[in-house]
Amino acid sequence: MALLPRHAWASPELRDKALNELTGGRPISDGRVTLTIPQVAENGLSVYTTVQVDSPMTPDDHVKKIHILAERNPIARLLTWHLGPRSGTAKVSTNIRLAATQQVTALAEMSDGSFWRDIKPVVVTIAACIDGG
Amino acid sequence: MSVAMKQTVSGRASHSALAAFFCVAAVVAAGPASAGGEPLPSGTSFLTQSLQAQQSDEATNPGMLWISEGALIWQTPDGASGASCATCHGDAGTSMKGVAASYPKVYGKTGELLNLEKRINLCRTSQQNAEPYAYESDPLLALTAFIARQSLGQPINVQIDDASRAFYERGKAMFYRRQGQLNLSCAQCHEALAGKQLRGDTISYGVGNGYPAYRLEWQTLGSLHRRLRSCSYGVRARRFEFGSPEYLSLELFLAVRAQGVPVETPAIRR
Amino acid sequence: MALATARVSMPKEVGKGDIVEIKTLIRHRMETGYRVDSVGKKIARHIVKLLTVTYDGEEIFRMDFTQGVAANPFVAFTTVATQTGELVFVWVDDKGEEVRVVKELTVA
Repeated sequence: MALLPRHAWASPELRDKALNELTGGRPISDGRVTLTIPQVAENGLSVYTTVQVDSPMTPDDHVKKIHILAERNPIARLLTWHLGPRSGTAKVSTNIRLAATQQVTALAEMSDGSFWRDIKPVVVTIAACIDGG
Repeated sequence: MSVAMKQTVSGRASHSALAAFFCVAAVVAAGPASAGGEPLPSGTSFLTQSLQAQQSDEATNPGMLWISEGALIWQTPDGASGASCATCHGDAGTSMKGVAASYPKVYGKTGELLNLEKRINLCRTSQQNAEPYAYESDPLLALTAFIARQSLGQPINVQIDDASRAFYERGKAMFYRRQGQLNLSCAQCHEALAGKQLRGDTISYGVGNGYPAYRLEWQTLGSLHRRLRSCSYGVRARRFEFGSPEYLSLELFLAVRAQGVPVETPAIRR
Repeated sequence: MALATARVSMPKEVGKGDIVEIKTLIRHRMETGYRVDSVGKKIARHIVKLLTVTYDGEEIFRMDFTQGVAANPFVAFTTVATQTGELVFVWVDDKGEEVRVVKELTVA
């Protein structure tokens, strides 16, 4: 049975530091981004996550990047999607890993240099029968 | 026990199940735990809506990755024979339809109880002159899941006859026997307490109609015997080997108990 | 990547200007690098790092992965149907190994 070692994990502070690095210190507005994620995750090993951003996705006005950040995972930035006018819409999905109950952030970078976000809390339950198999 | 007898005692079966819970050594009339002979609810009904949706969509179900591999194996010549599964069995969608829904069963020539995995390996060794796949290896998981997938939606229909009766009785005895340090029987959770909470989980009926299944805990596809080993570990009982006579007999009992439940391989489970 | 099977689900034929939903799956352990085996030895990280998708040679989508993405990663995204052509999906892992899938999209 594989065990989790001890080592430093991310914290809300490290998540904020990552946000700062991604935005270059520019302000982040709430809105335009919708992060869809279960309120209670059946298993932290695979949590279905969808992000939609309200954007016309034209060459002049589109989403460039979407990042997913966690505040209680080993690392703060979990992934980055790169989109563009050829995307048609800004709608992406994947399954993420969540190490513990925490707030998950979806950060969108627009073509005009602005940043927008949505934050959702997720309760991560322990599986009832800890497997070992 | 014939099917007809099972139908007539099904009303008594639910009372018998409760009696078994309260009486340690009760001899229980065989039949589904639910009243009226209705098929047991699949484990899928105990998943969240999100996981149910992921399971039913071939584009999102990770178990389908093994179905793709299985489809490839089906076409690939192997062993000294140079034959592939397709050489004898043609299109799997036709030849394998309903097969998984009828397993485990006794192999007439030897009297041995076979599940799908053992039947595949029997084909490999006796027909293809190939080495058997190791239990829980990716090729065996892939091929088993691929064959089971051809029975998708088909109701499980495993009948007990003279050849399989002894195996069935052994499997049934194991299901109702207290085991392990926690001294729990399968029935105590999966019959008497099905639908109740065990920490964050809702206890299912332990039907097993979606195996090989993609279990989130494993982060991969796994066989029914892997899941049974987890159950044994859960009550701190001795874990039997993959393909062991103990788990095979239990698998037969579970399949008979799952009469009418549709095959859902590859299911997603927690 | 050993046992690298990938699945791409997308319609075969769409109308010009339609927004096409594309769903992908790739078989990969996405070993985090945090796990330790039963004798205490660290299990090395081994993950998909990148998925790029081109449509007639032009990149239309890219995703950077970390070990925070689940095993056997599912990724869904959209693109606008411009003309009939080839979509090429390339996954690269941290050992530099690649899996490549090509799909033809017919645009009416």
